[in-house]
Amino acid sequence: MFEYAPAPESRSVVDIADSYGLFIDGDFASPKDGSVFKTVNPATEEVLAEVASAGTEDVDRAVAAARRAFTGWSALPGAERAKYLFRIARIIQERSRELAVLESLDNGKPIKESRDVDLPLVAAHFFYYAGWADKLAYAGFGPDPRPIGVAGQVIPWNFPLLMLAWKIAPALATGNTVVLKPAETTPLSALFFADVCRQAELPPGVVNIVTGAGDTGAYLVAHPGVDKVAFTGSTEVGREIARTVAGTGKRLTLELGGKAANIVFDDAPIDQAVEGIVNGIFFNQGHVCCAGSRLLVQESIAEELLTSLKRRMTTLRVGDPLDKNTDIGAINSAAQLARITELSEIGGAEGAERWSPACQLPERGFWFAPTIFTGVTQAHRIAREEIFGPVLSVLTFRTPAEAVEKANNTPYGLSAGVWTEKGSRILAIADKLRAGVVWANTFNKFDPASPFGGYKESGYGREGGRHGLEAYLA
Amino acid sequence: MAARVAGTAWRRTLPKSTKAMEPAPVRLSVRKTYKLYIGGKFPRSESGRTFVVDGDNVALASRKDARDAVVAARAAQPGWAGATAYNRGQVLYRVAEMLEARRDEFAALGVPADEVDAAIDRLVWYAGWSDKIAQVTGGANPVAGPFFNISAPEPTGVVAVVAPAGLLGLVSVIAPAVVTGNTTVVLAAGPQVAVTLAEVFATSDVPGGVVNILTGKYAETAPWLASHADVNALDLTGVEQRELAGELERAAAGTLKRVIRPSAGGTDFTADPGLRPMTTLLETKTVWHPKGY
Repeated sequence: MFEYAPAPESRSVVDIADSYGLFIDGDFASPKDGSVFKTVNPATEEVLAEVASAGTEDVDRAVAAARRAFTGWSALPGAERAKYLFRIARIIQERSRELAVLESLDNGKPIKESRDVDLPLVAAHFFYYAGWADKLAYAGFGPDPRPIGVAGQVIPWNFPLLMLAWKIAPALATGNTVVLKPAETTPLSALFFADVCRQAELPPGVVNIVTGAGDTGAYLVAHPGVDKVAFTGSTEVGREIARTVAGTGKRLTLELGGKAANIVFDDAPIDQAVEGIVNGIFFNQGHVCCAGSRLLVQESIAEELLTSLKRRMTTLRVGDPLDKNTDIGAINSAAQLARITELSEIGGAEGAERWSPACQLPERGFWFAPTIFTGVTQAHRIAREEIFGPVLSVLTFRTPAEAVEKANNTPYGLSAGVWTEKGSRILAIADKLRAGVVWANTFNKFDPASPFGGYKESGYGREGGRHGLEAYLA
Repeated sequence: MAARVAGTAWRRTLPKSTKAMEPAPVRLSVRKTYKLYIGGKFPRSESGRTFVVDGDNVALASRKDARDAVVAARAAQPGWAGATAYNRGQVLYRVAEMLEARRDEFAALGVPADEVDAAIDRLVWYAGWSDKIAQVTGGANPVAGPFFNISAPEPTGVVAVVAPAGLLGLVSVIAPAVVTGNTTVVLAAGPQVAVTLAEVFATSDVPGGVVNILTGKYAETAPWLASHADVNALDLTGVEQRELAGELERAAAGTLKRVIRPSAGGTDFTADPGLRPMTTLLETKTVWHPKGY
């Protein structure tokens, strides 16, 4: 591997305050009980800011503000709502470098990804749904589709601003108002988004941001003033939310975990497949619900493919997220690092063979080298449980039927990949995979026009595209 | 009309009116045994239990029957989903034909003629959806890159249904589930009507296991289906008690089943059902492929 000189993106483009309040009714406010938590840069463990921890009274206020704002916002002509969203999209484009650096600082993801993937998709998502706001009658949900009311939205830490966009853009386009809780370890980009809303002169109360930990989110989704709940996160928490919502009449959409199979047939172009495998599992440190975390490779090419994959893995650069050459950044938190470490140790203990390229990890911060396990069986925990880290489990198969059987042998059903040069095989396999997104000869592609969401225990409802409107229409 | 009156007279097993005291018919009628419908067959409840409804002994399904029905539904699901949409539509249309042919039986059970009409028409309506719903709910997505990207609906899988009373209600919950390629386990109210409808399905080219109908007390069996790990969706349209509906929805959360909630004021089955009864039981699959030479 070539030695590259450090090429860090400048942090001077972003100005992080010492502390942040809650964004309620158009203003930043201190939490009622004054409690705060710290958010750290996972690459250095440096404290970035102190952030308010919303208690029950704060959430009550946010929901009340959203309720008050709903009357006016839902009554606005769609074309006017659209213009607010177009403004937001434009401001995000203008501030995209600042927001990308901020996201990499708070989340640990490589600047290459926050700059080239997250931020462009965030702006595109607002731009896409802005255009729907005055065309809802043509969306196929009846001649006079109505908003639901106040949406309580809880999002994860892996794509903080992108998940915010997936939640807020369709909710606002359809005339709902929102109370959003960002993840505890990555609250900053949502708070910067609050400032974007102010710059766009969005009416107060239409978007409210309440920061806090799990109990803040639990209180929000259980709040009687919330009409619609949207959650992205783990399947375990998703089940809990579904139980909470049961019997209340609240609408619910869930985008949960995954354990995607990435199937490589013997006629696949090996170099392209290797790039796809690397992108599938090491993109965003593997903190991706749709990550291709189970590689199913046809037995006859397993050795050749694994040799290529290992060679490619030795060229991955792990380190400073702000360095423009970094491929793999920091693990988002100590807790997530502990989970990845634990499951990887179990993988070894259960008999799978572990391999990582030699790579020097920084001394401070949370890091995990890209890792593959070979000799994995379907019974191994690393083949069944979502690791949510840069860890790939490799299994083999002989026939297409066996590949499909193994791919579907999971309670999850979010995504899958298939690599082959044979078109008819792609279509037949894609038909049989029980997953909401199938990437054929590609992986981890996203677009605001493309519906995303899971089968089975990966959740229900779709985000993106025309389909994504349904979750926010009565 | 005369046929219906005569039909009613045949049905009565005990003298309930002076009419039955009239001179005995020339021959003794052969009564129907009301059994369950599982996997295309008509078994008794494995529990051996029956209960009396309007003078008939009707099978009282147990939780084991419910589980057996899930096994049958699961086994039938890939084949049914894999049938062409054209084929599924024709099978549903055939169900309508068979129902038309059995109007008198339903009339004899007290189902009003206009309800039978509506049930037949609803089946024909849904039959036509089989090869159209994918065009209405799916399609190409214009993504910002050199990719072919297409979304299409697929069946959720096995659907457990707590059905409402009445022929039209029953048809209105079964048809949207099966026309979209799902298979069903139906907990029926009004057992004689449900079992007679099962006979319609059994004679209509509907593969065994696609529709399974259990008679009995849904409060007893529904919780087992709500928490069953091999059931993908739960339709609670027929649940009358709010609290029970909430409990069943909570149980369904354990495996994140798709849930159709009972509507607060009851459902008007004579109204246009719209797409939701189908779309709630469909998953959207989106496939990406690069474009290039």
